[in-house]
Amino acid sequence: MITLLLQLFWTFFLIGLFGFGGGYAMLSLIQGEVVEHYHWMTMGQFTDIVAISQSTPGPIGINSATYVGYTALVNAGYEPCWGILGSFLATFAVVLPSFILMLMISKLLMKYRNHPIVENVFSGLRPAVVGLLLAASLLLMNSENFSSMSDNPWRYCISLFLFCFAFIAQKVYRLGPILIILLCGVAGIVLGL
Amino acid sequence: MFELFKTFFQIGLFTIGGGYAMIPLIEQKVVDEKAWVSKEELLDLIAVAQSCPGVFAVNISIFIGLKRMGGRGALVSAIGTCLPSFICILAIALVFQQFRENVYVEHFFRGIRPAVVALILLPVFRMAKSAKITRYNVWIPIISAFLIWKLGVSPIFIVLAAGIAGYAYGQYLKGDFLNS
Repeated sequence: MITLLLQLFWTFFLIGLFGFGGGYAMLSLIQGEVVEHYHWMTMGQFTDIVAISQSTPGPIGINSATYVGYTALVNAGYEPCWGILGSFLATFAVVLPSFILMLMISKLLMKYRNHPIVENVFSGLRPAVVGLLLAASLLLMNSENFSSMSDNPWRYCISLFLFCFAFIAQKVYRLGPILIILLCGVAGIVLGL
Repeated sequence: MFELFKTFFQIGLFTIGGGYAMIPLIEQKVVDEKAWVSKEELLDLIAVAQSCPGVFAVNISIFIGLKRMGGRGALVSAIGTCLPSFICILAIALVFQQFRENVYVEHFFRGIRPAVVALILLPVFRMAKSAKITRYNVWIPIISAFLIWKLGVSPIFIVLAAGIAGYAYGQYLKGDFLNS
């Protein structure tokens, strides 16, 4: 268990250190490490965590770190009280780099944020972060989240419909994410997905 | 000290939907009510917090705490911002554990999952706009996404490589400029 806790701490420290571009971009890092690299949970579980992180109070980055820390330990077969330790460690680790950076270089940052070198680094980072987010969505479009035509055609078609509905509902009609999530969840129950 | 904690606890508790949704509330609390920083200072802080790694709202709270009361202020503000998330998520996680096998809960989450994918795909376009993606640099997000999606490259590596490449390209341009 010590190994898992240390891995959890180190992973979220790195995520906090390289998580440029806000909560959604951070989700891509979490997905990469937690699902693809360490296999602490399935893509479906990760998607559920994202849904809950979006619809509960607080920053998405903190919410998902807390939930992932808990789930990683419980999935590994430990009692929920160890899960609480896991979520504390993940949350602490994701905030730690910010804290250290701010204490050390907040004055420098204020002074040099328009420096050409900083601008250059960000001219590379900004477009890449868009790619990170695109990759996160593409990775989420798998059979665990959508089912497949051969496996369960009913669930597959409804899933595609709900995907389009959620996209249009937010893009065109500007519905809030919580309302969209609730509507799609109720549709899931009514249609027996 | 307790004021810092209370203010950021409220900010953490009453905003849903992530960092940027918090800006209006942070402004109302920290600029209008408490007058801890001026509006101009807050705009500067937001700009710097955006270019720092980590959780945006936590970065801002650390900044303001640091300005008010040094290291201890920063610590208290950061804890205040994170604590509501921590409590809410743990409560949900512990309850959800019991109902995970419930058939209705399962249907509910099967309906939610495609919606979540759409809700993550949408910010891609919003961010593409603010990152000033044009037809000349659109290859950067496409290649990065492809490397992560199909070749399993770690996003952390992409962030590192993109930062270094941006720096190197800047140096190259500067060299070009000097030679001509």
